[in-house]
Amino acid sequence: MSTLTISDLQVSVETDQGSKPILRGVDLTINEGEIHAIMGPNGSGKSTLAYAIAGHPKYTVDGGSITLDGEDVLAMSVDERARAGLFLAMQYPVEIPGVTNSNFLRTAKTAIDGEAPAIRGWIKDVRSSMERLRMDSSFAERNVNEGFSGGEKKRNEILQLELLKPRFAVLDETDSGLDVDALKIVSEGVNRAKETTGLGIMLITHYTRILRYIQPDFVHVFVAGRIAEQGGRELADRLEEEGYDRFLPSGVA
Amino acid sequence: MTDSTENTEITSLATPSGDTAVEVTGTGTRAAIISDATTRHAAVPVQTRNARFTSTEVADFPAVTGREGNWKLTPVDRIRELLDGALDGTAYPVVAEPSPGVDVRWVDRTDARIGLGGIPEDRASANAWSGFGAALAITLSGEEHTELTVARSEFGSAPRAAHTIVEAKPFSDSLVVLDNSGPALLVENVEILVGDGAKLTLVTVQDFDGDARYLANHFARVGRDATFKHVVVSLGGSVVRVNPSATLAEPGADGELLGVYFADAGQHLEQQVFLFHQAANTRGRVNYKGALQGQGARSVWIGDVLIGPDASATDSYEQNRNLVLTDGTRADSIPNLEIETGDILGAGHASATGRFDDEQLFYLQSRGIPEAEARRLVVRGFLLDVIQRIGSADLEARLGAAIEAELAGGPR
Ligand SMILES: Nc1ncnc2c1ncn2[C@@H]1O[C@H](COP(=O)(O)OP(=O)(O)OP(=O)(O)O)[C@@H](O)[C@H]1O
Ligand SMILES: [Mg+2]
Repeated sequence: MSTLTISDLQVSVETDQGSKPILRGVDLTINEGEIHAIMGPNGSGKSTLAYAIAGHPKYTVDGGSITLDGEDVLAMSVDERARAGLFLAMQYPVEIPGVTNSNFLRTAKTAIDGEAPAIRGWIKDVRSSMERLRMDSSFAERNVNEGFSGGEKKRNEILQLELLKPRFAVLDETDSGLDVDALKIVSEGVNRAKETTGLGIMLITHYTRILRYIQPDFVHVFVAGRIAEQGGRELADRLEEEGYDRFLPSGVA
Repeated sequence: MTDSTENTEITSLATPSGDTAVEVTGTGTRAAIISDATTRHAAVPVQTRNARFTSTEVADFPAVTGREGNWKLTPVDRIRELLDGALDGTAYPVVAEPSPGVDVRWVDRTDARIGLGGIPEDRASANAWSGFGAALAITLSGEEHTELTVARSEFGSAPRAAHTIVEAKPFSDSLVVLDNSGPALLVENVEILVGDGAKLTLVTVQDFDGDARYLANHFARVGRDATFKHVVVSLGGSVVRVNPSATLAEPGADGELLGVYFADAGQHLEQQVFLFHQAANTRGRVNYKGALQGQGARSVWIGDVLIGPDASATDSYEQNRNLVLTDGTRADSIPNLEIETGDILGAGHASATGRFDDEQLFYLQSRGIPEAEARRLVVRGFLLDVIQRIGSADLEARLGAAIEAELAGGPR
């Protein structure tokens, strides 16, 4: 049984005005096959948590730990984390001019597996994943995310999730900017990944609508850089009705 | 609108990573001169770009001091032999596969096409003109798309002059690669005649030996409804200066001037580009991208675009982007845009020199790709982006491999 453990994580971000503390002691344990939804107001630090797990250089860990089956994730470089089985579907996926999606996918797969995938099977896998995500085959030959619409970028993230087969995935607002059909297609992709590989998921979202398609085992309310409350599915419904007011200190928006 | 002096809109745009971009849109009667010079080169053009002195006689140009506008960024002491000395103007070995619709032969100085493309504007170019004996003439007449590679690797290391004519007959459709390698101490003029309705892509690859020095001036004249793509790829050589100028001479002419360069330690790669919209309804694009790596790696890009008084309904855009990979490099990037008619569809320029994009690196690494490989992918992608626009998979693969070799810092 695989486990991702985050303990008392404190993170600050480098800004032009110096270092600014964002995460103030986050505790969270995700086991293989579990889905944890994280909900919280804008600016509460959700993406910061996601980036800190992935190892983005702009974020500095000031204290606490992240371990994957006891291995110290914080000691790993960004690419080592990915090879150890972590995946981040980004809120704003990056465009890479001049690098085709198919070249990128093959390079990433080769890096993750430590060997090049058998060519026949790989092409088939890519094609069928793209079909299931209703991505036109032309997206393979286009440059990574370049000129993709918001929704297309999100599908491309899930395509990578399906092909790279990580053990734990952080999905940062993968539902934002998707229409209903795309939301269903993307959710199916996530559920498939979970069923076939026992993926553990941290699902960051503002809306309960994605939780209709992806059933969370736990819901965490994220406020001001830490988890303020946790519960089951019902907590998400309550948040949707009441908003975050009761978690915010009075007088602060 | 009669008095429309306010109608030419000039907007400065802030773009990410230190870009400067200027776009001009709208119609009006006011002539606008927009010059964007870096602080090191504060001079605004003193004359309209097509009003420079021209001559085919080397003696008509004074000795080069290195302070002249078109020489001041070039290491003139490294190319003295080409500026002043006597040059060998005889034929040299050329390898080209014969194919239908393509004629490659040596012609003498009396060939009727010589001088139709353009006349030298600087002393080195005039020295080559005065000194060449035989000219290499490439004539393209096939209406079916044909591709031709002209390999030239035996220029030798003695000072040499060369003259080349590339003529695309009306309605011909071809891709020509001038594949230059080996030793060279060479100054060359290339005249390019693109006939009415013709499609020509001319790629010049400079992949010379490390101590080679090469100066080239390309003069292109693009006819009615013709489509011309010109691509400069400079990789190997000590001093490589390729100055393409293209005149969109007839209505409907379309010109894309593209370039990719990769300067290593001690290398000087330069391109002074001139795109002249002479006729109405012409479309022009200039897009050069360069990478610099290592102590003393140096690049110069000057992009002059002139929209002449008759060039109404012109659409023009030029840009240069440089990616700095290490300390100790210098990239000069100087776009100039002169507009002599108010009646344009749009014109603009952008220039940016920046460091590596860490977000791209992070994205690739977060998919398991090790840092060194991720860097290679990003740089290769940055440069190949220009080559992709040519639409030749072979060329893309070949240049991709050459860029990989540059990045690996391997022997060239
Ligand atoms: N590079 C940065 N410079 C300055 N402040 C930053 C930077 N990155 C993050 N922050 C700040 O850190 C805080 C947390 O940001 P973060 O992106 O983690 O929030 P979030 O919970 O993901 O919000 P959203 O719901 O809007 O996506 C915000 O106040 C944000 O402005
Ligand atoms: Mg966020």
